[in-house]
Amino acid sequence: MFKFIVRRLLLLIPILVGLSVLLFVWVRALPGGPETALLGERATPERIAEVRRSYGFDKPLVSQYTSYAKKLINLDLGQSITSRKDVKDELIRRFPATIELSLAAMIFAIGVGVPLGFVAAKRERTVTDYGAITLSLVGVSVPVFFLAQILKWIFALKLKLLPTIGRLDPKRKLEKHTNFNFVDSILAADWSAWVDTMKHLVLPGIALGTIPLAIIARITRASVLEVLNDDYVRTARAKGMTTRVVNRRHVLRNALLPIVTVIGLQTGLLLSGAVLTETVFAWGGMGQLLSSAVFDKDYPVIQGSVLFLAVVFVLVNLTVDVLYAVIDPRIRVS
Amino acid sequence: MRSRSKLAAFGIVGTLLIAACGSDEKADTTTPAPVETAAPGDTTAPSDTTAPSDTTAPIETTPPAGGGTLVFGTSSDPVVLDGAFVSDGESLRVIDQIFETLVTTEDGGTAIEPALAKEWTASDDGLVWTFTLQDGVLFHDGTPLNGAAVCFNFDRWYNFTGVAQSAAVSYYWSTVFGGFSDGVTPSLYGGCEAPDDATAIITLTSPSAAFLSGLAVSSFAIASPEALTTYEADKVGGTEDAPTFEGTFGTEHPIGTGPFKLESWEPGDKLTLVRNDEYWGTKAILDSVILKPIADGPARRTALENGEIQGYDLVDPGDVQALADAGFQVLNRPAFNVGYVGFNQAKAPFDNPKIREAIAYALNRQALVDAKYPEGAEVATQFQPPLVFGWSADVPQYNYDPEKAKALIAESGATDLEIEFYYPSDVSRPYMPDPTANFEAFKADLEAVGFTVIPKTAPWRSGYLDDVDAGNAEMYLLGWTGDYGDPDNFVGTFFRTPQPAWGFDNKEIFDALTTARDTADLAERTKLYEAANKLIMEFLPGVPYVHTQPSLAFAANVQGYIPSPVSLESFALVSLS
Repeated sequence: MFKFIVRRLLLLIPILVGLSVLLFVWVRALPGGPETALLGERATPERIAEVRRSYGFDKPLVSQYTSYAKKLINLDLGQSITSRKDVKDELIRRFPATIELSLAAMIFAIGVGVPLGFVAAKRERTVTDYGAITLSLVGVSVPVFFLAQILKWIFALKLKLLPTIGRLDPKRKLEKHTNFNFVDSILAADWSAWVDTMKHLVLPGIALGTIPLAIIARITRASVLEVLNDDYVRTARAKGMTTRVVNRRHVLRNALLPIVTVIGLQTGLLLSGAVLTETVFAWGGMGQLLSSAVFDKDYPVIQGSVLFLAVVFVLVNLTVDVLYAVIDPRIRVS
Repeated sequence: MRSRSKLAAFGIVGTLLIAACGSDEKADTTTPAPVETAAPGDTTAPSDTTAPSDTTAPIETTPPAGGGTLVFGTSSDPVVLDGAFVSDGESLRVIDQIFETLVTTEDGGTAIEPALAKEWTASDDGLVWTFTLQDGVLFHDGTPLNGAAVCFNFDRWYNFTGVAQSAAVSYYWSTVFGGFSDGVTPSLYGGCEAPDDATAIITLTSPSAAFLSGLAVSSFAIASPEALTTYEADKVGGTEDAPTFEGTFGTEHPIGTGPFKLESWEPGDKLTLVRNDEYWGTKAILDSVILKPIADGPARRTALENGEIQGYDLVDPGDVQALADAGFQVLNRPAFNVGYVGFNQAKAPFDNPKIREAIAYALNRQALVDAKYPEGAEVATQFQPPLVFGWSADVPQYNYDPEKAKALIAESGATDLEIEFYYPSDVSRPYMPDPTANFEAFKADLEAVGFTVIPKTAPWRSGYLDDVDAGNAEMYLLGWTGDYGDPDNFVGTFFRTPQPAWGFDNKEIFDALTTARDTADLAERTKLYEAANKLIMEFLPGVPYVHTQPSLAFAANVQGYIPSPVSLESFALVSLS
């Protein structure tokens, strides 16, 4: 197991090297550069040339990459061209916000998706089943920004229950230790801030969690249906076990493998889904950073964030692989 | 509705004040802008503050009524809080609260008023400018504002090197003063002397009429020399390939003299300003202002409607009516921009004056402005808004006349009536909230008179601007928002020198604009610009079609926010009821 983990982590190195080259070339191949974003209407050919020169964009790509790679080895991701902030610091500062949002979304997606899929499978071809299928179909298809707008309209503007922007009421002061607001508010023993944090998580969590929820529900349903018809389930029932025990010990556990796979995949994808959600909810996490960087062609930020996301994605997948072994003793990671 | 009529009044007052400013500036060589005219609406004249120079005693302990915290939605974080290093609106918005400039614009207008300098005189040749500073002004770190501090700032800007000289960094210095001390480009700045604490004398290398208006831009805010040094404002590291700014002045320790101080800044989350209780002038009413970055326009609106913020900038023109109907205040900034259709005369048929004229008559600008722009927008007749002096009522008008357009096409002798019309996607600008709608309206107009329009589009920042600037576009949609109240900042920017986007070489226009820029006397300048505007509209390098009034929205209980054409707006006047 240990060897497996080490090997997978070592595999990260070639992935990152390859990705860094690809990214470096790709962001520079896009039409327009940061200079147009910086200057807007004030761009003239002379000014553009001068900005490119002063930022070193006019140097040969190879020399630009070499100096970039040198810094990368020292874990220096450079400085944002538009905001002039250190990319690594920004990522570290913003990552907790994204994790917090992703956690909320996954709790919602798993908490609702798995039971929904399970119930749908148990009541196959009933109204419940069709209802669940329809719901998950809608969930997958609805665009995040549209869903967000609907949620805001209902829960904020009409019902006046929930906030629509940010992670905490801007007027609140909360001392930051971990940058996880739900942890920092506990550390500060500020319970009203904790409640406020939770309130702020609801709408973005639902908006971000809906697509994974729908996918998880569908996979759960399919997987449970398959297991329900297996011989050992019939045998367990024949031995006189109660439905509850059969469901928990035999059905769900055996159906779990594909569910965990899809949960793992969705967690990785959540980080990219967060780009839109964070923008619509002014979340101030990594997603928002990346989306504005792409818009501004902020090379160092795009490169840094995508590399960072790649690392996270690989780590999440690794965790899923390790979890396989825990769930199913027949699988050995090697 | 009430706010609108108030604004109309504003516009009129603004125009009058500019006229007044005109006569003031004419007397530049003696003593301009009497101190008494300062701060309309403020009963306390700045000179009243006889604050002891080392204030330790708290002045007022009871906060004024209407205090509290205002949460304001912005479109993004500032870049840094160092005026010299930014030109973006979100940075300048915060800098305006923390710092002050030698002179400023009147609230809601472009006329120049005293700020840190209570008065100023210019020598007869217009080269030596003597600024007398306000008494008893302290920076937030307790150090005094004096002549030496002013000169320290000017010398700092003048001596920028490397990436700090880039237009992406010190845009306004190069716009107003030209070059730096390395002498690569000639500089307008000749030097600064401080004979005593109350005086700073700035010498120019040639007379400049735009200099004083330029100084009102917040990029020329005076910062504490001690803080600039201690927090290494100018430290640039990294490599030549990727220079990095490393000082903490602009991120953590922006120390100015303004009515607010920076309390904290968590990028992506919020920036908090608190009242400066030792402020030398009329103190702010609010205890604090929180600026909350909300990049998404609809999200800003929902946040206001949901009571999470009490105001926001860059209101989508489509939201104006709904917000007003729902009881929110919508405030408009007096028009200070221009949207235009540009022609590239290096490409046929735009080299043909009859064709350009035909297009001008073919475009139904009034219909577009009526249908697609919010209240306050007006049809442009020239490349600068009426608010700026030099605007002429006497330019050729080209009112919508499709028959005349057809006749002109026939006269032109052009046979190939195919025109490539370039417009941007993925963007909304104050003068062009929906480029596609503008394109479609104009395309229909052009086709109605016999042109064949070939549409071409690209994302604003990913190709469009590059193509237009490089002269690759034939006919295109573009515009401009002014930086300061001088016509050189409008027509001078477009037409004083040859530019690939316009593709023409008209010495008469270049010379007229250069002479106008370099003339010291304001009355004379005004006449020269009026003539230049007429000349330009006869030559018709493009068709200006709109000036808009960008909107801000506030909750009903917010009072005292005065929209400024140049977006120089102070939260110090704002209160909550």
